[in-house]
Order: sequence, then structure tokens, then C-alpha cells
Amino acid sequence: MKTTSNKGATVAAEGHGHSPIEQFEIRELLPINIFGIDASLTNSGAYMLVALGLIVGFLYFSTGGRSLVPTRLQSISELLYEFVANTVRENVGNQGMQFFPLVFSLFIFVLVLNLLGMIPIPGITFTVTSHIAITASLALMVISIVIFYGLYKHGLGFFKIFVPSGVPLALYPLLIPIEIISFISRPISLSVRLFANMLAGHIALKIFAGFIGVLLGAGAWAILAPLPLALTVALTALEVLVAVLQAYVFAVLTCIYLSDAVHGSH
Amino acid sequence: MDPAAAKYIGAGLAAIGTGAAGIGLGTLFGHFLAGALRNPSAADGQRGTLLLGFALTEALGIFALLIALLLLFAV
Repeated sequence: MKTTSNKGATVAAEGHGHSPIEQFEIRELLPINIFGIDASLTNSGAYMLVALGLIVGFLYFSTGGRSLVPTRLQSISELLYEFVANTVRENVGNQGMQFFPLVFSLFIFVLVLNLLGMIPIPGITFTVTSHIAITASLALMVISIVIFYGLYKHGLGFFKIFVPSGVPLALYPLLIPIEIISFISRPISLSVRLFANMLAGHIALKIFAGFIGVLLGAGAWAILAPLPLALTVALTALEVLVAVLQAYVFAVLTCIYLSDAVHGSH
Repeated sequence: MDPAAAKYIGAGLAAIGTGAAGIGLGTLFGHFLAGALRNPSAADGQRGTLLLGFALTEALGIFALLIALLLLFAV
């Protein structure tokens, strides 16, 4: 992957010779081979299993009591539920509540994976959502549901979403291709937005953290080392905000796309 | 041109895009603030829309940054 020509720059930016994209490496933990298909447990899969365990465990134990006056843990679950339910209701309407489990699962899954990636564990930390394979799978699943549900509910009338209403007939040849392109680019932008935010955020964090090491090893310049340290702390805070926001954006855009399938032409 | 030099020039050019996202964010927050100061009671209800707009706009800048970082470290 890496050519020798940029190695110097990488080392200079890092100070330790670690590449900032090393943290995204997928490692095999448990080789599994099913009929020639490589289904090994990787660190990505392990992180997803941990996230799944955390989500299911938390929701199960926090709502287990089902008391009328919620305990603290139960009210966290209820807040989460209400938050996502309101998002679905605002963007899709009450008919859209049948998609609530989908949106809730997507939101909480992406949120927990984003936040787990923000916990620094040397040598282990891995951000599952920083891989386009994961985000593209989620986005393709969403867009397939939109298309199949739209066709199931409206039949071929679903394709009317490509025809803007209240526009003179002469503009159709221009506008319909634009609508089709914008529809096709939805899964691309949905997946790239999440993956790019996570990837670029973590690379930026690692580069600025690398500056601390470079300055500490540069004699008298070590006095400047607190500057990148402060920046890294601020960036970490921003990244936590971005992690939550991107999960929310993913859920909201899912709702907006589902609203097309539920309500048909706009 | 030396391919390595072209790579760094390309990364620098790609990073210009983050400035464009900066313009967008400035417009976004500036207009929100202008509206919020005119009608502070309505501002709280629009905070979610503001954050959504922030995330959508910032993502475009991140795309440009991503291209620059990929050119620097992955190509």
C-alpha cells in the first residue's frame, strides 16, 4: 500500500513510525472457514458483538423492572425510545411507526459503535463504522427497504417520486434524470458521510497526538508540547459530538428516505 | 512531474474544500444566530435542525479532508 516516497513524511508527521491509518487494520482473531467462505471472527466482528451485547444487555436490564415510576436506568432507555420515536414521527408521520424498530436499531447500533471507537485502548481500539464495507451495507439495507416497501405499497406508482410535481412538462426531461441521480446517490452519500467522518476524525486525532510526541522529542521545543495536547483534548470532545451527531444524522436521513416510500410522490 | 510531488500538491488542493465547508458553517451559524437574536423564544426549537445542518455541512468538508488524507497516507 505505502510507497517509500511518503514514508518520510509519515514518520515526520507521526514521530514514532506508526502510520495514522494503522488503527483501521482488520485483524483475524478466530479463523473460521465455512465451506470455503472465510467467516473468521475479526476485531471488527468482535467489536460489533461487544456492541450488540452492550445494547441488548443494557436495554434488557434497564427495562426489566418495568416500574411505572422509572428508575434512573429505565428512564435512560425511555428517553432513548422517546427521542427516536419523536424523530420517526416528525419525519415519517404516524404511519412510519412500523419502521420504528429499524430506525431505533440502526441509531443505537451506529451510536454505540461510534462511541466504542472513541474509547482508547492501546493496540485494540477499532472503529467499526470507519470502514465503508459496514456503512455501505447499512445504507444499502436502508435503500433496499425503501425501494421494496415503496413498490409493495404503491406498485409502479412508486416511481412517481422521480417526477417533481407542479413543474411544466417541458422541464421533465431535465428534472427526471436529476431526481434519478439524486436517488441513486443517496446510499452513496449516506454511507460515505458516516465512514468519512469516522475515518477523518480518527486520523486527525492520531496526527495531532503524534505532534505531542514529536515536540517532546525535539529538545527545547518540548515547551510547546502542551499546545497539541490541548488541541487533541478539544478534538476528542468534538469527535464525541460528531459520533453522536452522525448516528443521529444516519437515523434522520433513514427516516426521510423511508418517508418517500411511505407517502409516495412528493 | 514526480508522482510524490503530484500527490502532495493534490492533497493540498483537496484540502481547499474544507475551507468551502467553513464558509457553509459560517453561513449556517451566522444565520441561526441572527434569527435566534430576533426571536430568542423560537431558537430552542430549532437547535436540532441546526445540529443536523452542522453535521450535513461538516460532512462535505470531511469528504475533502478524507481525499487529502487518503492521498497522503493510503495511496
